[in-house]
Amino acid sequence: MALLDLLGFAIGALRGHRLRTALSVAGVAIGIASVLTLTALGEGARRYIVDEFAALGSNLIIVLPGKVETTGGVPFGGVTHDLTLEDHGALARLDRLRRTAPIVVATETLRFQGLGRAVPVLGTTAEYLEIRRLKLASGSFLPPGDSDRAGTEIVLGTRAAQELFRGENPLGQMVRVGPARFHVVGVLAPRGPSVLGFDLDEAAFVPVKTAMRLFNRTSLFRIVAEVRIFADMDQAKAEALALLKERHRAEDVTVYTQDAMVSSFSAILGALTLTLAGIASVSLVVAGVGIMNVMLVSVTERRAEIGLLKALGAAEPQILLAFLAEATILAALGGLLGLAVGAFGVRLLGLIYPDFPAAIPPWAVAASLSLSFLVGVGFGVWPARRATRLDPVAALARR
Amino acid sequence: MIGLQGVWRTYPMGEGVVHALRDVSLSIAAGEYVALIGPSGSGKSTLLHILGCLDRPTQGRYSFEGREVGSLPDGERSLLRRNRIGFVFQFFHLLPRLTAQGNVELPMLFGGIARDERRERATRALASVGLLPRAGHRPDQLSGGERQRAAIARAVVMNPAVLLADEPTGNLDRASAQEVMGVLEAMNRQGLTLVVVTHDPVLAGHAQRVVHLTDGALSGPPEVLTSTVEA
Repeated sequence: MALLDLLGFAIGALRGHRLRTALSVAGVAIGIASVLTLTALGEGARRYIVDEFAALGSNLIIVLPGKVETTGGVPFGGVTHDLTLEDHGALARLDRLRRTAPIVVATETLRFQGLGRAVPVLGTTAEYLEIRRLKLASGSFLPPGDSDRAGTEIVLGTRAAQELFRGENPLGQMVRVGPARFHVVGVLAPRGPSVLGFDLDEAAFVPVKTAMRLFNRTSLFRIVAEVRIFADMDQAKAEALALLKERHRAEDVTVYTQDAMVSSFSAILGALTLTLAGIASVSLVVAGVGIMNVMLVSVTERRAEIGLLKALGAAEPQILLAFLAEATILAALGGLLGLAVGAFGVRLLGLIYPDFPAAIPPWAVAASLSLSFLVGVGFGVWPARRATRLDPVAALARR
Repeated sequence: MIGLQGVWRTYPMGEGVVHALRDVSLSIAAGEYVALIGPSGSGKSTLLHILGCLDRPTQGRYSFEGREVGSLPDGERSLLRRNRIGFVFQFFHLLPRLTAQGNVELPMLFGGIARDERRERATRALASVGLLPRAGHRPDQLSGGERQRAAIARAVVMNPAVLLADEPTGNLDRASAQEVMGVLEAMNRQGLTLVVVTHDPVLAGHAQRVVHLTDGALSGPPEVLTSTVEA
């Protein structure tokens, strides 16, 4: 029996019972549509988080002094060099890095008139603003220029400014940090606590050279740099490491990328998406049981037809295939309809929440279509086997 | 062509067994026209089902065209039904979703015959029962006689050696019954072996030979019955 004839026979049988066919197709369609929609939501959540990280600067590399390794093997073997402003200057000349900023940090007490407040004070350069995507509420950030310039400007985080000035305009005012005096040139816009666990709203920013003198330091806490092209992250990281190794004649710094953090978050949310898809597949199983039910009813109702087919010389494998083809067609139609409904639903979601990047990942399309096919075959086997086992004499006698 | 030797068919029923057929021995020659008659429950249909390879004898031998077929595997028996045996039923058993043409093509569909040849052979079969003008109608648009003629076309479309008819006129009025029997007898005259189960003595009177069944056993030697009809 040719495949085309088999399909034609099965389609004819399905057309003969339109309501029943429509209901079981709808069952599978709902299952597939819910799998796709929930997967799209999970995928949207993942993209949303990844985008948020990118906004924080996922194309950053961070250089720390010291090497993460096990030490003590060779006595007096290694010398750890400090990270210096000269190292920063050398990094700044790397072509793959768009911006670099040195950082020293210490907690100091800011004083204005009678009030004092202990805040983290960051010594850095003008480029830090762009690297961290900070916004100013008023005034300006640290003046651009050489990191060797020791200015007396200070920029306040939004909460630091509020607490110290109590509603007064801080711009142009004088603030003391220990023995030194600074004049306020700008206030940052509120930012909220950073994902990285450092609250920039509380901080104050001064030129790096001044800060090193004030804190009595000769070395940097770290250097942050923004990579020009995201795809070059790995090369940029390797170049920075090679440059510092060359300068220090030893590999005594650690370079890491914020990207590593993004990918671990992405992995977690990927697992969440799979979980959602798994929950939704339960509805597919329900749809499969629905198909099985429909096919069983169909076998019972069509006893006379099956008996007749046997009397006409249809072999048992042919009858099995015919009923299996019906179940598979039901599931496949349901899969296609579900795909259409799911795609429509996700588009609707995109219209209602334009900021939420919900999208059906291609793997979910492939998986749900093959799943619906499997549901059809899997849940069609038992009814089809019942059909083939029917005794033709008993089946023909009834009417 | 057909030979039954000491055939029994028993069914378990509750604690005991029901003997549907008891020690039936019968031979039918090619081209013969045999009527099986007897009261309800006498085993006529069981005998027909065994002849048609739809049922197996519990005991005894059944040879068809010189081959022992009572113990053949299912696959071979369905091939035999497809190619050598035609069935006509009291309730027609046409598929309601298919046209007369589609119903006649059905055995060829499962026989793997190509579409064009199916169409051509179905057309010829429908023409032979005088139903060509109604080929495109579904069973619910046909009269009882027309339905049975479509069923006969379906039964002979594979050129079987024997046609088995179970009460073919049981559900028809007198005129349609005559029409249907006319078609069957015409096919017999062209050489088709015909076995008709009936409880209508008038109908049985047309047969060359009448076989009586009572309580699952043949009653009276077939030779006697044959001569009665010829007298």
